[in-house]
Amino acid sequence: MDFLALAEQNLVSPIVLSFALGLAAALARSDLSVPEAAAKALSLYLLFAIGFKGGVSVNESGFTPRLAAALLAGTALSAVIPLVAYAILRAVTNVGVVDAAAVAAHYGSISIVTFVAASSSLTSIGMPFEGYMVAVAASMEAPAILTALWLVSRQRPGAPGDTGLWREILLNGSIVLLIGAFGIGWITGPDGRAEITSFIDAPFKGVLCLFLLDMGLVAGRGLRQSARLLAAPLISFGIAMPLIGGSLGALVGLALGLSTGGVAMLITLAASASYIAVPAAMRVALPEANPAIYLTLSLGVTFPFNLTLGIPLYIAAAQALAG
Amino acid sequence: MQTHLAKRVEIIIEAPMQRRLEEALTRAGVSGYSILPVMGGNGASGPWTREGQVGRAGGLVAVICIVRPERKDALLDAAFAVLDRHIGVVSVSDCEVLRAERF
Repeated sequence: MDFLALAEQNLVSPIVLSFALGLAAALARSDLSVPEAAAKALSLYLLFAIGFKGGVSVNESGFTPRLAAALLAGTALSAVIPLVAYAILRAVTNVGVVDAAAVAAHYGSISIVTFVAASSSLTSIGMPFEGYMVAVAASMEAPAILTALWLVSRQRPGAPGDTGLWREILLNGSIVLLIGAFGIGWITGPDGRAEITSFIDAPFKGVLCLFLLDMGLVAGRGLRQSARLLAAPLISFGIAMPLIGGSLGALVGLALGLSTGGVAMLITLAASASYIAVPAAMRVALPEANPAIYLTLSLGVTFPFNLTLGIPLYIAAAQALAG
Repeated sequence: MQTHLAKRVEIIIEAPMQRRLEEALTRAGVSGYSILPVMGGNGASGPWTREGQVGRAGGLVAVICIVRPERKDALLDAAFAVLDRHIGVVSVSDCEVLRAERF
């Protein structure tokens, strides 16, 4: 399928339309809301399901050297992408060192919801991908934070460290659940999947729709409150950076010899920006950084771009490069 | 009913800093406090609401401590060491409590 066909199919999918509904409702100041506890439960379900399925896939294919190489490559990508993002931000926008480093950290890390949406798109068109990409996603959560802190420490030597920060980052609930479910899937394999298939397979897309409805509401409210802070260069960055990060992901995916679906997933991971793990780390480590800038960029600009046009583009690029 | 003078210290702090504040309070000898979620409000950065925040990073919590007057300064020093670079509001007010031995 070419990009236009993929984009057309994606834009009218229930997933994207649910996100659009949430976004429109928030921008129109509707009182529609998803209770916080319900949103948390939906995210727990999605993390468990995607982690479990990845583990089952690795159980079937077995541990390969490519898996280890992909983990190392994902870690390296996450550490390097913030350097590129930081250089671009400092060159083309007027944000300061701390804000630029904080934004860069978000773009080096990943959005697991974008990953889930991409996996759903690939499943829809019958394109398989390596199950261990779930573990690669987990490996890409934290290195970007380290790079961002290093970027700031160059300008502000002797800045106080926080010994508890790394434990919180590495053991944050999303990573623990994703890796834990991956481990359960790996151990139990297809037999385990058969036992809970009615739970993790059938409701998956419906749950994802509800979760993206909530994400649309969150993104819309963020845009309504903070859009005035985003000048044209910053908004351009929010759209260009996924393409730059995704290009790096494509190069790495091809070098690793991943399948077409695997390359598409690595492009998606490299193109996505965090809005859960990294903001929490930034509030602790770089409280001077303005959350309205980094959250609005990652959640209000890059996430909708990736969800609507980015994912079809990354799949089309993977097909052209590795198909 | 016999009551005793005490100090009520209310600290509104970013949710990601909650654990650090609790540890600092414990080190300062403050063994009792309550933590409440903050649902929304208005401040120097404009209106804010818990609704629409992803994860805990954008949240706020209110930590309420009631201590004997002589413990107030140690508590404030501990709180300031955590709050220093962060968003937060600290207020102190007089109050009366029953059962002074509990504070």
